[in-house]
Amino acid sequence: MKYFIKNIVWDSVLSFFVNLKNPEKRTKALLTILLTIVCILYVMPVVIVLINSFKLNTFVKTDTFALPTGEMYAGMGNFETGMTFGNYPFWKSVLYSVTITVLSTAAILLFTSMAAWYISRVDSLLCRVVYYGCVFSMVVPFQMVMFTLSKTADTLRLNTPWTIPVIYVGFGAGLAVFMFVGFVKSIPLEIEEAAAIDGCGPVRTFFSVVLPMLKPTMISVGILEIMWVWNDYLLPYLSLDITKYRTIPIHIQYLKGSYGTVDLGAMMALILMSIIPVIVFYLTCQKHIIKGVAAGAVKG
Amino acid sequence: MIVTGALAAAGWLSKLTDLFAFTSVTQSVKKLEKLDPWFNTVIALIGIALVCGVADRTMPKGRGDKAAMGGSLIKTTTQKKFWLFLLPVVCAFSIGFIWPFAKGLFLSFCKFKTTSKFEWVGLSNYAKAFQDPSFVHAFWYTALFTVVSLVLINVIAFAVAYVLTQGIKGSNIFRTVFFMPNLIGGIVLGYTWSMIFDGILSRFGTSILLETKYGFWGLIILMCWQQIGYMMIIYIAGLQAVPESLHEAAKIDGASKWQTLWNVTIPNVMPSITICTFLSLTNGFKLFDQNLALTAGQPFLQNADGTVVKTTEMLALNIYNTFYGQNSAARGTAQAKAVLFFLLVAVISLVQLSATRKKEVQS
Repeated sequence: MKYFIKNIVWDSVLSFFVNLKNPEKRTKALLTILLTIVCILYVMPVVIVLINSFKLNTFVKTDTFALPTGEMYAGMGNFETGMTFGNYPFWKSVLYSVTITVLSTAAILLFTSMAAWYISRVDSLLCRVVYYGCVFSMVVPFQMVMFTLSKTADTLRLNTPWTIPVIYVGFGAGLAVFMFVGFVKSIPLEIEEAAAIDGCGPVRTFFSVVLPMLKPTMISVGILEIMWVWNDYLLPYLSLDITKYRTIPIHIQYLKGSYGTVDLGAMMALILMSIIPVIVFYLTCQKHIIKGVAAGAVKG
Repeated sequence: MIVTGALAAAGWLSKLTDLFAFTSVTQSVKKLEKLDPWFNTVIALIGIALVCGVADRTMPKGRGDKAAMGGSLIKTTTQKKFWLFLLPVVCAFSIGFIWPFAKGLFLSFCKFKTTSKFEWVGLSNYAKAFQDPSFVHAFWYTALFTVVSLVLINVIAFAVAYVLTQGIKGSNIFRTVFFMPNLIGGIVLGYTWSMIFDGILSRFGTSILLETKYGFWGLIILMCWQQIGYMMIIYIAGLQAVPESLHEAAKIDGASKWQTLWNVTIPNVMPSITICTFLSLTNGFKLFDQNLALTAGQPFLQNADGTVVKTTEMLALNIYNTFYGQNSAARGTAQAKAVLFFLLVAVISLVQLSATRKKEVQS
């Protein structure tokens, strides 16, 4: 942060005035200053959430943009009410969100990469059918299967955080299979043939030869799936047994839906608590995320 | 463990023999419906596995590209492990997608309240869907929203990406910041922004829930804030893939900056433009979470004939509200709406993809 202000912003301001006569350098400096302002505006919503999470409920609506000073300051009160808000402990929904995201992403990565390898190496009639089925499923909006899927999930007891990954594998297979097949086709067959000649069975060939090569694609698919599953609202809301299991988005939606007047301060505290882990995750794996998105989009 | 397993297996076996001792087809169907759903599912999955196993030995005709596809060395040994590699995905795909999709398609021609009790009514659900004023309104509202957000998001994202690839200071930090909102979920975003908009609008004595235009532009601002970063990343990847030699050639030929941008850069990033327009188009049409959290369709408008139109309700939310609203008899209509929605999204994706792909340059 300090580096950013000192070296980038300040340098640009300086170089703007030093290079008044050099149009190219001047525009570049000006652009940096402009983008800095835009950036500050861009993070404002998160900052406003931060400010309001320390504010008493009555002031959130009237003084949204004021700092929580004096009588407005609520201390940690909002966070304390937020933890048990809506008669449901918040940590539970965090736990369920994490469970569902981790299990689903792991299952999707493992099973679809195996299927994708099989599809591109065996290439039988069935493989074609499955592949085109997956591609087809990518354009089907969730509303189309919503009602029947939630019913199926109920009857098959896929309504717990430990069994819902089955649905996620089924509904999320499209994109993952598509991306994995695209990548596996670019791997030269000779490597696997060499492994086969050396005495590897298909299982060993896949796990010790193909899987390590799939790592970059694994990361991009994994990130796309994590982003999807973690933020998904409707699928878990309709499939899970809501009285017992709520993920973070469901929990937040429930607060607004079931109470006439919502404690906005506590709600902002909850929103802040759900944003912070995401931002920390983003800042730590930023490089992979941006690369993954770019790679995923180019293939998708 | 083994004993309970054996007991369960014996139970199933007796059910199975019971099942095939039928006298007529209808009787056996009725018996099937009374069984535990787990039993039916397992039978269905075993059936799928058998059918797949047979279909797997059938090779597709035509393409004889043996060098690119697995030769017999990999193929025959791998094929024996069919159940390990392919079956899990096929089973999950059947449960999570194929069955709900097929049943949904079928139910759109039926009158039903739950999925097990239905009555065939033909096309009347579709007729009702077209006569529903809220559905028609939601369609035009969604279309307008999608077009406006598509143009805004793509123009701004391309401009930002172009600026960030010009080698200005701090590009990486800007990129990081602009992408950040993407990781925050739609529900959380909706409530964050509804608080911000209400904070602004309350000074003028109004609220985002009171006027349709506020809801519309509020949602546009929200979507821009969220999506620009994502599209920007794709555009940056596209822009960086344009070979430097092309720019140099244009410079030597005396092209101005605008000419270079228009005639060299844009045709070369056409693949990225295809993807981004495709993504923002389908994102716009499928938008649900943000819509629900920001306005949930408010303000409502009461028509003269008593029907209520939720003025900021988009297609996905309209379908959801028809399914789970007060009137559970309207579920058939809701399913018909969902099928129409699916057809719309599928057609748009196909037309858009093929239209933009034609404009791509072969490089």
